[in-house]
Amino acid sequence: MTKRLTTSAMIASFADPNQPTSPAPFGHALTRLAAENENVVGMTADLGKYTDMHVFAERFPERYYQMGMAEQLLFGAAAGMAEVGYVPFAATYSVFATRRAYDSLCLDIAEPGLNVNIIGGLPGLTTGYGPSHQATEDIAILRAMPGLTIVDPCDSVDIEQAVPALAATDGPTYLRLLRGRVPTVLDEYDYTFEPGRAKRLRDGRDVVLVSSGLMTMRALEAAEKLREHRVDAAVVHCPTIKPLDEATLLHEADSDRLLVTLENHSLVGGLAESTASTLVRNNAARGLLPIGLPDEFLDAGALPTLHERYGLSTERVVRRVLDGLG
Amino acid sequence: MSHALSEAQAATGTRKAEIAAFAHRMRHNIIDMGEAQGQGYVGQALGVSDLLATVYRDRLRFRADDPRWPDRDRFLLSIGHYAIALYAALAQAGILDVEELDTYATDDSRLPMSAMATYTPGMEISGGSLGHGMPLAVGMALGLRGRDSPARVYNFLSDGELNEGSTWEAAMSASHHELGNLTAVVDLNALQADGATGSVLRSEPVVDKWESFGWRAVRVDGNDISELLRGFDHLEQGESNRPRVLLCDTTIGKGVPLLENREKAHFMRVDEHEWQIAREQLEGTVQS
Repeated sequence: MTKRLTTSAMIASFADPNQPTSPAPFGHALTRLAAENENVVGMTADLGKYTDMHVFAERFPERYYQMGMAEQLLFGAAAGMAEVGYVPFAATYSVFATRRAYDSLCLDIAEPGLNVNIIGGLPGLTTGYGPSHQATEDIAILRAMPGLTIVDPCDSVDIEQAVPALAATDGPTYLRLLRGRVPTVLDEYDYTFEPGRAKRLRDGRDVVLVSSGLMTMRALEAAEKLREHRVDAAVVHCPTIKPLDEATLLHEADSDRLLVTLENHSLVGGLAESTASTLVRNNAARGLLPIGLPDEFLDAGALPTLHERYGLSTERVVRRVLDGLG
Repeated sequence: MSHALSEAQAATGTRKAEIAAFAHRMRHNIIDMGEAQGQGYVGQALGVSDLLATVYRDRLRFRADDPRWPDRDRFLLSIGHYAIALYAALAQAGILDVEELDTYATDDSRLPMSAMATYTPGMEISGGSLGHGMPLAVGMALGLRGRDSPARVYNFLSDGELNEGSTWEAAMSASHHELGNLTAVVDLNALQADGATGSVLRSEPVVDKWESFGWRAVRVDGNDISELLRGFDHLEQGESNRPRVLLCDTTIGKGVPLLENREKAHFMRVDEHEWQIAREQLEGTVQS
């Protein structure tokens, strides 16, 4: 009998074996930013250790605020801190930031347009704990919130560059956190994170893969494997879901290539639907192949099992693209 | 000594008289705004006029010509629908012009029915989704303490807001973080949207609840200026690192017997001809 994979403790790494990684990129980036900007403060709702905020807390204990397991309080208090001139980074899990504390994020932070940066851990399918911890619909929940910048970074490079960029962005932001040993991927490309910008990482004649978050890593791997099938795939990384880089998406979609969107999120209300509505509203309607999570409450289990089951694994992406090409 | 005492008594008397006059002018403003709008949260506003007059005339440090002065005390209106009362207080405090009150709840006014911080000078937060004031107050108090600011944060909430879990998240946190620069003021008018507070969700014993959360709590008659002053004075003494709460029993419609005696409703209806009666009752020219 084959030994079955087991669910990892809380946050599993989705790095491939032998893949370069960087430890706690968010925590280190926040610490560097705080050394330059004395108004930066870190806040959490009893998840400092699990969002890499502990790196900051050790370096700047007097600027670290433990608010207890109380997410409405976390966001209200972060708004209060911003009202008196601080630049808070408030970290919890994405499920709690969006489902539990939506009203506080909406009315205390977004409506007054405060520079509060929400850090959401366990976005999409990055834990095997099941629906209580899997924020498969966080982007769908947040996209309709006026004035909120939503960022879904790919790797440690994205996160390290996004932290200072988001602090410098007016108004509230939401960052889908990748924590622990985070893969380092984008250093091999001519890439710089800019809020609101999508970037082409590689060009290709047959397929264009538009992706966000960790699915950009999978898209890059899939593009390599597709070469073995004589398929030339471009990859466009779109880390900012809102505001969406419509000009780049329209430009990339304006061809005969198969258009594929890839996201670590429900197919409801995320990158696929954002892209589709962009195309329709700009009189550029065309088909696209959406790769993402199904509109379901997902299973608990080991992440590799679940990524394979729900279509996020590189192998599943390759098969879907080949099927899409017919 | 008796001379000193009488001087102190005279000073207290003057202080009280000034607050009472402030509250009286507020009530007129509230009746005028209510009449222009035809309805509204007039009952609650009349009920908290003595309290707001005490705060704005006697306690709060602010600059009328500079409502964003960084070292000002913050007064947060968590109960956003009490805006009509705060507009009256802001007008009597010189932060708003009294004439502007005529625009209350009209289109494009800076004085909307439910409070909006971005619209109104002196309005610190956009309350109204209840249970938000306390978490915001905790953040402001933490931040101001971090900046060594002398400013104090007051959060004004209602007994209905004691239903909200976020209120108690913040209450626990304020005590944990030893926020001696935070004062909560609770309007106990015993009424919420669906009826009497005791029938919707019982919150008593409120003093015990706040004390068990680590707060210094005092309960007073919120329509008695002497008690309000004594309550605030008492809270200022003693341990400086505990948050404080003044629990104020108020009478809806206070000062206008017609409204005091009307069946209590969250959104009180007042007929057109009754506004003038209310005004006269306020002046004591008509007996109830």
